[in-house]
Amino acid sequence: MSIQLWTYVMVGATFALYMSIAWVSRVRDTRGFYVAGGGVPPLANGMATAADWMSAASFLGMAGLISFYGYAGCMYLMGWTGGYVLLALLLAPYLRKFGKFTVPDFVGDRYYSGVARLVALVCAVFVSLTYVAGQMRGVGIVFSRFLEVDVNTGVFIGMAIVFFYAGLGGMKGITWTQVAQYGVLIVAFLIPAVAISAKITGVAIPQLGFGSTIVSGPDAGIYLLEKLDQIGTDLGFAAYTTAFGNGSKPMLDVFCITMALMVGTAGLPHVIVRFYTVPTVRGARLSAVYAILFIAVLYTTAPAVAAFARYNLINSLNDVAYTQAPNWFRNWERTGLIAWLDKNGDGIVQYRAGTAFAGKPSFTGVTGPNGERMVGNAPSASANELYVDRDIIVLANPEIANLPPWVIALVAAGGLAAALSTASGLLLVIASSISHDLYYRMVNRQATEQQRLRLGRAMIGVAVCVAGYFGIHPPGFVAQVVALAFGLAASSFFPTLVLGIFWKRASREGAIAGMVCGIGFTMLYIVQTKFMGMAPWCFGISPEGIGCVGMLLNFAVTYVVTRMTPAPPQAVQEMVESIRIPRGAGAAIDH
Amino acid sequence: MKTDMKAYWKTNIGYMVVLLSIWALVSYVFGILLVNELNSIRLGGFPLGFWFAQQGAIYVFVMLIFVYFLLMRRLDRKYDIDE
Repeated sequence: MSIQLWTYVMVGATFALYMSIAWVSRVRDTRGFYVAGGGVPPLANGMATAADWMSAASFLGMAGLISFYGYAGCMYLMGWTGGYVLLALLLAPYLRKFGKFTVPDFVGDRYYSGVARLVALVCAVFVSLTYVAGQMRGVGIVFSRFLEVDVNTGVFIGMAIVFFYAGLGGMKGITWTQVAQYGVLIVAFLIPAVAISAKITGVAIPQLGFGSTIVSGPDAGIYLLEKLDQIGTDLGFAAYTTAFGNGSKPMLDVFCITMALMVGTAGLPHVIVRFYTVPTVRGARLSAVYAILFIAVLYTTAPAVAAFARYNLINSLNDVAYTQAPNWFRNWERTGLIAWLDKNGDGIVQYRAGTAFAGKPSFTGVTGPNGERMVGNAPSASANELYVDRDIIVLANPEIANLPPWVIALVAAGGLAAALSTASGLLLVIASSISHDLYYRMVNRQATEQQRLRLGRAMIGVAVCVAGYFGIHPPGFVAQVVALAFGLAASSFFPTLVLGIFWKRASREGAIAGMVCGIGFTMLYIVQTKFMGMAPWCFGISPEGIGCVGMLLNFAVTYVVTRMTPAPPQAVQEMVESIRIPRGAGAAIDH
Repeated sequence: MKTDMKAYWKTNIGYMVVLLSIWALVSYVFGILLVNELNSIRLGGFPLGFWFAQQGAIYVFVMLIFVYFLLMRRLDRKYDIDE
C-alpha cells in the first residue's frame, strides 16, 4: 500500500475513534460542559493534560528546533516541562480546592473585583486565541503533505471534527478524546524514534541511543554526539553539545527564555483548568504526576530524534549530487519546504552554516539544469546551498530513515492528534471565558442552566470559526505571537495566582496594578522588538524571554501596592485559609 | 485546630522550598549556569552538562512531583484532612 493510502486509513480510523468517544460522552449540564463533572480519574486526567499540553509545536516543531539549535534546544525541553513542577507544587492543589470553572473565576473571587476578573478574562481569551491559530495551521500542513488536499480544505476538516466533539461533549468529550489522542500521538512519536535509534546506534531506547556509538558506516565506533560536534565544526556550525558558543544565544538569554516558558506553562489557562476536573485535591496532585510522566516520555525522546535527524540529514544530503539525492528530498521540495540553490554550479548539494538565501524560497516555476526547482531569492554570501524548513524534521524523519509507509502514515495521524487535542482544550477556555465569566458572572446572573449550556456550545462554534480563519489566513506574525502568549501568561496569571494563594494580605488594588504593569511591560517590549524593529534593550533579552522580567515586575508591583492599600475583607482571607486545606474539595465544586 | 493547621501549612511550605531548590539546581544551575564546566565530565557518550539540559533535568522534574505527592499524602493523613 502507498503512503497516501495508509495515511487515509490511519487518519480515518483515528477520526472515527474520536467521533465515537465524543458521542458516548455528550453532556447535558454546565458542570459536565466546563469541568467534566469534576469526576475524571487522575490517570485519565494525566493523559488528557499531556495531550492538551503537547501541541503541534511539541510534536512537529520542537525536535526540528533542537536539531538546528543543538544545546540551546534545552530551553524548550526544560521550559515546557519544568513548569509542571511549579504547577503541581504551587497552583494545582489549591485551585482544585477552590473548585470553580475557570481561571478568571479564581482571580475574580480571590481579589473580590469585577475589574480583576475582566483583566484575567481578556488575557485568557487572547492567550488561547494566539495559540489555537497555530494548531489549525498545523492541521492544514499535515493534510496538504500527506493527503494531497488543499491546506484550506485540511483546516475545514479539522474545524468540523473539533466542533463536533467539543460542542457535543464540552470538557467531558474533550477529556476522553484527549486520552485517545495521547495514545495515538505517543505511539506515533515513539515508533520511528525507536526504529531510527536501533538503526543508527543499535540501542532501541532513544534516550540511551543518542549517547551511544554509531554502529555502521564510515563513522562506526564513534559516539553520535561526538560525531555531531565534529561535523558541526567541520562545516562551520557551532558544535552540537557546546553552549553559548559562536553564533548561539548567550547564557542570560537561555536562562530568561527557559524561565519565561516554565512560568508561562504554569500560567496557561487551558492547562490549569484541567486540574478542576478531578474529584479531590489528592487527585489533582496525582494527575500532575501522571501528566509530567506522560509528557516526559515525549520530551526526553525529542532531543534524541533531533540528534538522529541531524546526523541523517547531513549524511544523506551533504556533498551528494542532486541527481543522486534520495526520493524524500524531491517529495519535500515539491511542497516548498526544502529548496536547493546551486551557488557554485557543481550540481552537488553543499550544506554549511548560514542561510542559503534570505527568507522563504520563492520558486520561479523554472526547472534548473539538474532538475531542481529554481528559486528566485537572491543568494546569500555563505557557502550554504540548502534550505530546510525546521518544521518538517519530525514529518520527514521516517522517510529519511527509510521506514515503511505505515510508520509515515502513523506520524501524520500523530501530528493531527497533537494539534486537535490542544486546539479543543483552547477552544473550551475561550468558550467558557465568554459564556461563563463574561455572560453568566458579569452580565446575567439569572441565566438558566439551559441558556448557559447553549451559549457555551455557540461560543465553541464562534471560536472554531475564528481559529479556522487564522488557520487559513495566517497572519504573518503567528510565530511571533506565540512568544506573546507565553509572555502574557507568565507576566499576568502566574504571579497573581501564586500571591493569591500564598499571601493572604495580597489586595485587589495590588493584583490589578501588578497584572496591568506586568502585561503592559511585556507587551510593549514584544511589540517594540518584534514589530517595530527595535534592538532588545533590556540586557539583550530576546522577546521570547521577556515574560520572565514581566513576571518579576508583576510580583514587585503587587507587593508595593498591596502594602499601601487596605487588607482584603475577612471573608476573602477565610477563603484563602480554606483552599489550603484539602478536605471538602468534593463539596466545593458548585457556585 | 487552628494551631494544627499552622503546623500543617509550615511543613507544606518546607517541603516546597526543598523541592523547588532541587528544581532550580538541576535546571538553572546544572543545565545552564554550569553547563560548560560540567561538559568536561562525560557520562558515556554525553557531556554531563548537555545531558542535564536535555535529559536529566526532566527526569528530576518527574521525581520531584512524585515525591511531593507522596509527602503530602502522608501529611494530609497525619493531620486528618485527607479525603
